[in-house]
Amino acid sequence: MPQYEAGTFDVIVVGAGHAGAEAALASARMGAKTLVLTMNLDMIAFMPCNPSIGGPAKGIVVREIDALGGAMGRVIDKTHIQMRMLNTAKGPAVRALRAQADKVLYQQEMKRLMEEEPNLTLHQGIAEELVVEDGKIQGLITQVGGIYRANSVVITTGTFLRGEIIIGDLRYSSGPNNQQPSIKLAENLEKLGFETVRFKTGTPPRVNSNSIDYSKTEIQPGDDVPRAFSYETTEYITDQLPCWLTYTNEQTHQVIDDNLHLSPMYSGMIKGTGPRYCPSIEDKVVRFNDKPRHQIFLEPEGRNTREVYVQGLSTSLPEHVQRKLLESIPGLEKAEMMRAGYAIEYDSIVPTQLWPTLESKRIENLYTAGQINGTSGYEEAAGQGLMAGINAAAKVLGKEEVILSRSDAYIGVLIDDLVTKGTNEPYRLLTSRAEYRLLLRHDNADIRLTELAYAIGMVKEERYVKFLAKKERIEEEIKRLRGIMIKPNETTQQVIRDAGGSELKDGIRGADLLKRPEMTYEMISQLTPSTVELEDEVKEQVEIHIKYEGYIEKSLQQVDKLKKMENKKIPDNIDYHAISGIATEARGKLAEVRPLSIAQASRISGVNPADISILLVYIEQGKIAKISV
Amino acid sequence: MEFDTIAAISTPSGEGAIAIVRLSGPEAVAIADKLFRAASKKALAAQPTHTIHYGHLEDPATAEVVEEVMVSLMKAPKTFTREDVIEINCHGGIVSVNRVLELALRAGARLAEPGEFTKRAFLNGRIDLSQAEAVMDLIRAKTDRAMDVALNQMEGKLSKLIGTLRQALLESIAQMEVNIDYPEYDDVEEMTRPIMLEKSKWVRSEIDKLLQTSSQGKILREGLSTVILGRPNVGKSSLLNSLVQENKAIVTEIAGTTRDIIEEYVNVRGVPLRLVDTAGIRETEDIVERIGVERSRKVLKEADLILYVLNYSEALTPEDELLFETVKDMDYIVVINKTDLPQKIDLEQVQKLAGDKLLVTTSLIEEEGIDQLEEAIAALFFQGEIEAGDMTYVSNVRHIALLHQAHKTISDAIEAAEMEVPVDMIQIDVTRTWEILGEIIGDTADDGLLNQLFSQFCLGK
Repeated sequence: MPQYEAGTFDVIVVGAGHAGAEAALASARMGAKTLVLTMNLDMIAFMPCNPSIGGPAKGIVVREIDALGGAMGRVIDKTHIQMRMLNTAKGPAVRALRAQADKVLYQQEMKRLMEEEPNLTLHQGIAEELVVEDGKIQGLITQVGGIYRANSVVITTGTFLRGEIIIGDLRYSSGPNNQQPSIKLAENLEKLGFETVRFKTGTPPRVNSNSIDYSKTEIQPGDDVPRAFSYETTEYITDQLPCWLTYTNEQTHQVIDDNLHLSPMYSGMIKGTGPRYCPSIEDKVVRFNDKPRHQIFLEPEGRNTREVYVQGLSTSLPEHVQRKLLESIPGLEKAEMMRAGYAIEYDSIVPTQLWPTLESKRIENLYTAGQINGTSGYEEAAGQGLMAGINAAAKVLGKEEVILSRSDAYIGVLIDDLVTKGTNEPYRLLTSRAEYRLLLRHDNADIRLTELAYAIGMVKEERYVKFLAKKERIEEEIKRLRGIMIKPNETTQQVIRDAGGSELKDGIRGADLLKRPEMTYEMISQLTPSTVELEDEVKEQVEIHIKYEGYIEKSLQQVDKLKKMENKKIPDNIDYHAISGIATEARGKLAEVRPLSIAQASRISGVNPADISILLVYIEQGKIAKISV
Repeated sequence: MEFDTIAAISTPSGEGAIAIVRLSGPEAVAIADKLFRAASKKALAAQPTHTIHYGHLEDPATAEVVEEVMVSLMKAPKTFTREDVIEINCHGGIVSVNRVLELALRAGARLAEPGEFTKRAFLNGRIDLSQAEAVMDLIRAKTDRAMDVALNQMEGKLSKLIGTLRQALLESIAQMEVNIDYPEYDDVEEMTRPIMLEKSKWVRSEIDKLLQTSSQGKILREGLSTVILGRPNVGKSSLLNSLVQENKAIVTEIAGTTRDIIEEYVNVRGVPLRLVDTAGIRETEDIVERIGVERSRKVLKEADLILYVLNYSEALTPEDELLFETVKDMDYIVVINKTDLPQKIDLEQVQKLAGDKLLVTTSLIEEEGIDQLEEAIAALFFQGEIEAGDMTYVSNVRHIALLHQAHKTISDAIEAAEMEVPVDMIQIDVTRTWEILGEIIGDTADDGLLNQLFSQFCLGK
């Protein structure tokens, strides 16, 4: 294949899925001349699995992406068919928004955003070989011989690397949804020395809505209140489509039992590690065989299609068995299967080979993001893509690298987990992974991240000014409620009685009254209205802040400790093998992960407090030279 | 460098006459001032550096005097660590020194890691580079030893009990996490405040019990405080003498006339007893005797075990019955002495009054029944809720400090649950408790929760 010089860019992003799209947009927005290269321009931001975005932890990531100037929140706000706030009966820390997407509209909207972004070039092509010189990326070569030169490259190939689809005993080389797999690039990465593992994920069959008997299912409508992910959204979609709930039964489970020998999961054909939190239906039935039924959600894939996603029925059983499974489920007895479910195996790189900026330790200026790093989920991919894009551009433009702490964002938790601990299954964010989840809420993503986003150029002046004004109103109102005395007059007592609380004996400060479990901001503002009109978002912040002050304070103290440890930096050129006191296992792990700070070092499994102490002694002394004989 | 304030026992463990608890860090003097009441009435903060002060340690929670101590005050920078250093010289003996350390920890110090004082000295430039390796070796060695101890404890009952508590908490936490991360998942019960409250209260009561055994660490170190009780002339002194003669006395008579209290330390079948003979407990006009009686009552109140002696050859008197009433909520063994004489006592009535307590008959003059009594004492001790092995464990200061922390966090959870705070916030303290308990048995693997989550529940969406 003759080669030709196809162009020079600051940053090239390979892949335009959820990671690639964010990476490309972020890089361009940061001011870097960016190329995004994708196998198929019609597959930008494609959702090969469930047609939904958000949910616990993930929904908060979408908010964070938005606060940092990313696209996912804005796009889903324009293209969803339904939105729901989850966990509303629980505390504010675990509330999360989830949207059902119109898959096609989502793709179109993302593509349009990318096309309109200055500094961003879209091109259809397949990256086959990375050009590396002296351990630094120089660009890449495509399948048609185009040589693209760049200072930084971000690889976001999802499940395409040596992808293989498996249904029953059929196995063939393929990307998701029968797209081309990426084989040459996988071989190239291997040649460059990247350590990879084989992961597996799966998807359920899709059926035609017209063939579903919805009368046998339960309706799952969206919220009546208009909702949005993005802080910029002002127009809300009110015309929502419902989802539907049905269940498997003994007959379904019998079908699985009878055909288990045909399952590639159990025949040993699938070797890749699948995610525990998203098991196939055969896995659920085998592992929890005492459960009489499992939930099945029927989720429309969009407004202009009748295709319905059968959430909960992920499977790699042969197609004829999948038909029997559908037939056994109430409402789906006559369902027309439009596409069969399948499992997909793929290469992902061991993420401890990355710095917390998502830059590869092996090849300078090469970044990876998304499923290639061992995660699963659109939101996890998008969060990484955003950060990789920001950092790739920052490096080219000579700006400072951006690393989110575990106390800044779920995205920080995600990336830190990946690069510090690695993962032995496709990684999904869970609320329990965040130790400061009370601080990492859905409602305060802008307060946590706008400052940073503005400083690095991801958020424009106008939005920043608006944000500052909001922040000031929140602070002013908190201050006001802390100062103002509420008298125990009849109006006050009535409001308290109505809320089911016990009457006041003396005057009380507004903030203290709000701290009572039965009181809300609205009630307090009846007694002592703010002099200025406050928007709901401000009121919510005031209420959460005052009500949970004690808990927030406690979390902040823990964060203080974390920050102290994060500020103890480990020099890049440290030679762990020269430090005699550190245990052998810990030494190996430290040398592999090469943590940037003592905080990160202490999170590596196998590194114990004594090792950290010794490391501290060593570093503080400022002598990297060998101490021991 | 900026550090917090640490504390540790800096003298070798064992039974030295004097033990030292050392504090180092910016808060060292302030913490000491919270506890120390100088005879001079002056606060340490107001004293010149490198001085020694006599006074008492007071538990700020109860205002109770805990120890008579000498406190050395050494202000930075001319100290071992180049930080403010306080050294509290107290009586040797593991119990008193642990108590002092505990007070310091509760007043805001953090328990020092192995070798941490030396490490600080090093980090603050007190020790030069040539000693660096020695410091590292020291940290390593101390940690390894601490880990050996931890490993031993893994076998112990304590670790089993802590494990049970942790598992119970973990199940609740996992359930809660499922509620949060899979809100539509219909197969798991919603974790509610009452369930959380009930479980937290149970865990706290178990921690309470453990902390009690930690105060009972004194049983092993100082002996089980055992009071010989009974009317005059039933044979109390004979019983004391028999037990002492039969067993090797550890410490001989401390003080006393027949009307005062006599203490003897003996080891009965592996159970160390501190035997206390009392003057008769009854109303008296005799001043000398009354002093004896008052002290007796106090001793009785603090006793771990009572040997209640009755006379076989006399009918029960109202006084005997009154004594039954006095000891009714305590651990006691009824010793019916003088079986060599004709029976006048109504044994059925005695059994009725004693309920399920043990009865032993003896003739101390004929040297009969002592064996049975000793067996009864040993049985009561070893088959009781507390085993000897456990108590040494919970007397470990690190564990006590952690148990106190766990007690605090679980109490926070309980308080929150009662205040109707959202369950997922209550869970923050429950999770913290689970982590702290994990530190006790050295189990800090953080994938425990996820494993629990995925093995306990079948999760989808």
